[in-house]
Amino acid sequence: MARPTDQELDVAIAGMLRLGVSLAAFVVLVGGTLLLRHPWSPIPDYTHFQAGGPGLRTLRGIVHGAVRMEATSIIQLGLVVLIATPVARVVYCVVGFARQRDRLFVAVSCMVLAVLIYGLTKGR
Amino acid sequence: MSVAAFTSLLFAASVLAGFLGALTGLGGGVVIVPVLALVFKVDIRYAIGASLVSVIATSSGAAVAYVREGLSNIKIGMFLEVATTLGAILGAYLTAKVSSHWIAIVFGAVLLFSAASSLRRRSGLVPAAAKRANALAKRLELSGTYPGRNGKEPYTAQRVPLGFGIMFGAGTLSGLLGIGSGAVKVLAMDQAMGLPFKVSTTTSNFMIGVTAAASAGIYLSRGYIDPTIAMPVMLGVLGGSLMGTQILLKARVATLKSLFALVIVALGCEMIYSGITGRI
Repeated sequence: MARPTDQELDVAIAGMLRLGVSLAAFVVLVGGTLLLRHPWSPIPDYTHFQAGGPGLRTLRGIVHGAVRMEATSIIQLGLVVLIATPVARVVYCVVGFARQRDRLFVAVSCMVLAVLIYGLTKGR
Repeated sequence: MSVAAFTSLLFAASVLAGFLGALTGLGGGVVIVPVLALVFKVDIRYAIGASLVSVIATSSGAAVAYVREGLSNIKIGMFLEVATTLGAILGAYLTAKVSSHWIAIVFGAVLLFSAASSLRRRSGLVPAAAKRANALAKRLELSGTYPGRNGKEPYTAQRVPLGFGIMFGAGTLSGLLGIGSGAVKVLAMDQAMGLPFKVSTTTSNFMIGVTAAASAGIYLSRGYIDPTIAMPVMLGVLGGSLMGTQILLKARVATLKSLFALVIVALGCEMIYSGITGRI
């Protein structure tokens, strides 16, 4: 396998980022359209914060809701795709640096990835 | 208010915020959070949740243009992301500990700083210190070339530990306030590390998405990201910033930029005032 140059890596990463953002925006738009099927229903009180149910706060709950075609869950699913996009970028860099035989930056990228995974899984 | 009215008003405000954020180079987050909190009277935690999501969208969306120009430095970005992501996790934890009054006050201070830094004049020259070799920068290969006036001009990072430290602070602000904190990131690279200004801004933009993703999981599991608010904000800010970037490429916007900086100053003062008087 040929070692990719820095420039090739850059262009591949940019393309991946755009794909992720476009996909996320599309899914959010689908959810938004479904949400507006009932345009005159009132919005909840947002002046004081209250955490919603697990249906919109956990991956499992979001996927369950999205399968049932619930508008808010589909929007959240799009946002999860969006959050996953930069994470995928870091994974891509780990692979890219490994192909360049750049051990130091494989280690640096893995550190960033570890912090991201901690934030996504252990965070509360 | 009905869902239709709320989401369309929010969408319109977000397009404007994204547009303004792109023109000033500050990002949509610094505009949309005060608008949500002050105009829409939304709890600041919902505001920063929606803002953080829009920050990921604009950062990743804009990266395409910059990376093609070969300006952003992926290695420097990745190295500094160790600091910003750790900071972002600390910041996200702090949002649960700090009262919304304090979040508003800190937010206002960051707005004032960002407005000032967007108006500061750029010399465009690499400081004299840049000629000195830096052992850590050499070891980590934190250098590169960028397309300058005389062809490819080389640069090497200076004062790496200082830059790394400021980046940790930038990450903390990002996680605490739901913004990209691009102004602080540029400060770390441009001022502390002596990197060329264009390399600093584009690498900063590149780092914002990863930094924001570190706190986004914590925001989501706490319920800060509400779909009804985040949907129009994400789509609006993304659309507005794409429009802003197009205009930035075609027109000279110096006057417009100073005018918008004044708007940001006003928002910053209002946030601090609302925080102190307890209205937020």
